[in-house]
Amino acid sequence: MSLFSKFLSIQQAREEILQSGINPFHLTIEKINSPTEGVINGRQTILVGTNNYLGLTFHPDCIQAGQEAIAQEGTGTTGSRMANGSFSSHNDLERAIADFYGMPHAIVFSTGYQANLGVLSALAGPGDTILMDGDSHASIYDGCRLGGAEVLRFKHNDVPDLEKKLRRLGNRSQRTLVIVEGIYSMLGDRAPLKEIVEIKLKYGATLVVDEAHSLGVLGKRGRGLAEEVGVEEGVDCIVGTFSKSLGSTGGFGVSIHPEFEFIRYTSRPYIFTASPCPSVVASTKVSLRIIRETPQLRKQLWENAQTLYDGLQKIGYTLGAEVGPVIAAMIPSKEQALGMWQGLLEQGIYVNLMIPPATPNGESLLRCSVSAAHTPKQLETIIQCFANVHSSLKEQTPSLQT
Amino acid sequence: MTTYPDILPQLLETLKPYAKKIGTLKETTDLVSELGLDSLQVMQVLLKIEDQFDISIPLNNLPNIRTVKDLGMEIEMLLKA
Repeated sequence: MSLFSKFLSIQQAREEILQSGINPFHLTIEKINSPTEGVINGRQTILVGTNNYLGLTFHPDCIQAGQEAIAQEGTGTTGSRMANGSFSSHNDLERAIADFYGMPHAIVFSTGYQANLGVLSALAGPGDTILMDGDSHASIYDGCRLGGAEVLRFKHNDVPDLEKKLRRLGNRSQRTLVIVEGIYSMLGDRAPLKEIVEIKLKYGATLVVDEAHSLGVLGKRGRGLAEEVGVEEGVDCIVGTFSKSLGSTGGFGVSIHPEFEFIRYTSRPYIFTASPCPSVVASTKVSLRIIRETPQLRKQLWENAQTLYDGLQKIGYTLGAEVGPVIAAMIPSKEQALGMWQGLLEQGIYVNLMIPPATPNGESLLRCSVSAAHTPKQLETIIQCFANVHSSLKEQTPSLQT
Repeated sequence: MTTYPDILPQLLETLKPYAKKIGTLKETTDLVSELGLDSLQVMQVLLKIEDQFDISIPLNNLPNIRTVKDLGMEIEMLLKA
């Protein structure tokens, strides 16, 4: 037995999958042509698994801003903001995010993962409690653990279970942080935020909402689920990422509380890492402006989501309950999911293969993320290719015959 | 006050459906290596036990719970708190 022995079970699981002749582990996009097209295994491929919801990665204004920032400020910052100083552009971006959300305080992190780590670990420490949704993203799990608070889990989207757990805490509920996501990344379902805000207020807890998948997607101004359901005033803090709708990398936290600024002095994921590089900061700021000024992008995204959802449903796929930019087709077994994923790839369609243990309820999923940049022709092709692999699934699984 | 001897029979009853493969459940039965529970089943069992005893089991304590006895002792501690 050595330190490396623990990898044996992973190696075995990997070998098992590779024996099927399919290798989903090292997918490489050899060339990226646009927000929705690339070359994979030498084949022109429509990308339907990139979380590029608004298709801004190739927006000329974002590219120009990034290029100018590199020319003016250099390729990197070479240090952390605490130790090596902020660039003016970091402060500008924080002001832009605060303004976008209509909240007075914003902090930028180098990735979305670090935003959750940084905010959650700083807000809830020893003696405090965190109540998290059971289907939360790994960054939330890790952020909860990093701070040293007691961590409890409630059943996914189950408000009565959340309330039961707050009730059991008694007076400690006032030192409890509740964390939920606007849109959950695997199945694309939304948190019942209105009800969660009511419960949070009733028990005096603090509510953080991760809008990673809902920023730019939901709400009149694209702020996310809290805006969509009209409960922004009941949310203490929002965390999010630049790496989806905003088309770059990085993360942020915004809050109504003045004390939020002190996170800068206590948050290790903020202090002990290099600050975001100038090109990323510049293109993100432009993306934020585009989200504000171009509501038709959101409209297009939802039209595309509806088209793909309807198309896949018509074929006979079992989908997540809600229409949205994340559309997950549930496949009866891991083996079938692998085969269908490969079948799609061979037809020039890239979606995300999601298999246990990374999925809720042990589901095997073919997960699509729709983009406003998908054309009607691309959507038609995607649906046709899904129909083709569904036919082969039906041949393998007679119970699916309809 | 509910103590470990009171908790154990209730706990064994709750875990029974998960022990079909191994037959008899003992205090020393390892929940993961012997019962073969995956992470999803662990979560389902814990939620059931939480409701049964009206407690919330912190995730922080899970690494220390390996056997049926460990789980019973954890429940006792949370009921006392």
